Amino acid sequence: MGVVIDNFDLYLSGFLTSVMICLWGLIGSLILGVIIATFRVSPIPILKWVGSAYVTVVRNTPLTLVLFFFAFGLPELGINTSYYAFGLAALIIYTSAFVCEAVRSGINSVSAGQAEAARSIGLGFGQSLTLVVLPQAMRTVVPPLGSVIIAMFKNSAVLGAFGVGGDLWSTGMDLSSAQGYAPLPVFIGVAVGYLCITIPSGLALQVIERKVAIAR
Amino acid sequence: MHRRIIGSRSAVVGAALMMTLSACGSIGGANVESRVEVVDNPVFDEGTTMARIVEDGRFRVGIKFDQPGFGLMRLEGGFTGFDVEIAQFVAAGLGFEPSDIDYYEAPSQRREEILEYDNVDMVVSTYTINDRRRERISFAGPYYIAGQQLMVNADDERITGPESFTEHPDATVCSVTGSTPSQEIQPYLANVSQLVLFDVYSKCADALRTGQVDSVTTDNVILLGFVAKSDGEFKMAGEQFTEEPYGIGITKGDVAFCEFINEQVQLAYDSGAYTEAWLDTAGSVEGAQTPELPEFDPCT
Repeated sequence: MGVVIDNFDLYLSGFLTSVMICLWGLIGSLILGVIIATFRVSPIPILKWVGSAYVTVVRNTPLTLVLFFFAFGLPELGINTSYYAFGLAALIIYTSAFVCEAVRSGINSVSAGQAEAARSIGLGFGQSLTLVVLPQAMRTVVPPLGSVIIAMFKNSAVLGAFGVGGDLWSTGMDLSSAQGYAPLPVFIGVAVGYLCITIPSGLALQVIERKVAIAR
Repeated sequence: MHRRIIGSRSAVVGAALMMTLSACGSIGGANVESRVEVVDNPVFDEGTTMARIVEDGRFRVGIKFDQPGFGLMRLEGGFTGFDVEIAQFVAAGLGFEPSDIDYYEAPSQRREEILEYDNVDMVVSTYTINDRRRERISFAGPYYIAGQQLMVNADDERITGPESFTEHPDATVCSVTGSTPSQEIQPYLANVSQLVLFDVYSKCADALRTGQVDSVTTDNVILLGFVAKSDGEFKMAGEQFTEEPYGIGITKGDVAFCEFINEQVQLAYDSGAYTEAWLDTAGSVEGAQTPELPEFDPCT
């Protein structure tokens, strides 16, 4: 495992780049996912349709294809930005579909009586959703959402194949191919890097789950 | 030139593992005429590698299977490329027709290994001579000096060489993950985000065409291939800025075999076969310069 120690600074910068991708992806997909979930449970038919269509299309497309459409498709249409932005946008759009479904399952777990009670004291759709239903829904949603988030952290490794450089995965490729280190120890190091992201995330999710758990 | 071109990243770990585990099979060459005279029943000193090869009646050569111009496995079978031609020159001196050579795939990551394990007699696969590799194997040659260059869009005036990247910190350059060119360009960059990496050069060319990157860098002969196919969309920028001497890998310390290989390459050069072979392979793209045979390194 000398290769990891010898190139620790490379691994560290790769790790930090990957962490940043994961953080932005997390923030972006939580926001977008909740918005799409709101669409799907709203009483307005057009929004309902948009939400369902989004989830159906995005959730059933492989992530590599979503990334491909961003990195190679949009430039064909004359849209140019950094590969980092393309990759992050694709990751957020892809993950949002799964976040949306997790949130929706949480909303469905809140008994209909809660929404009806909110409506009966004169709250509108928006108010009853944000003040009554979502706060309860978010508590049941922590475990399934946790799985989605951890899956996204691991999916972020694919961005390296679409022009995003300097992440953990690219670091491993660089060391094993150009610099001639044996691939196995190099990629064990890369795997450990990802574990350093996913395992603490899992522990944090457990803490959150315990904090917000409600006895029904 | 130390480079691996891989189809998809998700397959890379798998491929890397496969390469360390699997033995590679050999495939016979195509039926082509030798450009140099095949020696009839050559005789060598007892105990030399040449004598062993003649006695075994097998000549095992490691080449690239996926490098256009140098070592490429054709869909219809057989192999083409300048490295393949070089192997044929050596084979002729051992009494082997081109069709009698056993070719094995020698991907960049495994070249030293297959020589150490005696899976092949020699390796000719865009193999850049360097000291790190000399610790494990010996090199005959060099038989060709490649050089790294830049390719840009035809209307580009900003990039005139690798120095341009420090003058224009927003200019980007594309290369292939884990390749020697991707390493060599880094000292010229103002910041790491200027370097964009893909698994194959065709994606770099696509990104250049759509304006996602400003330039592509790798060996000049590969770039010339893209320029030739681009219908005037691309052009070369600046001069070659590295020297990559391609050598022939053999077992460490096999001086007699090294000298024999150099002799065969020299004979082929003197007879004009070397230049013919170049023009038919890597040198067939427009703008490729016909090389002179470089001076051989001493055999050690």
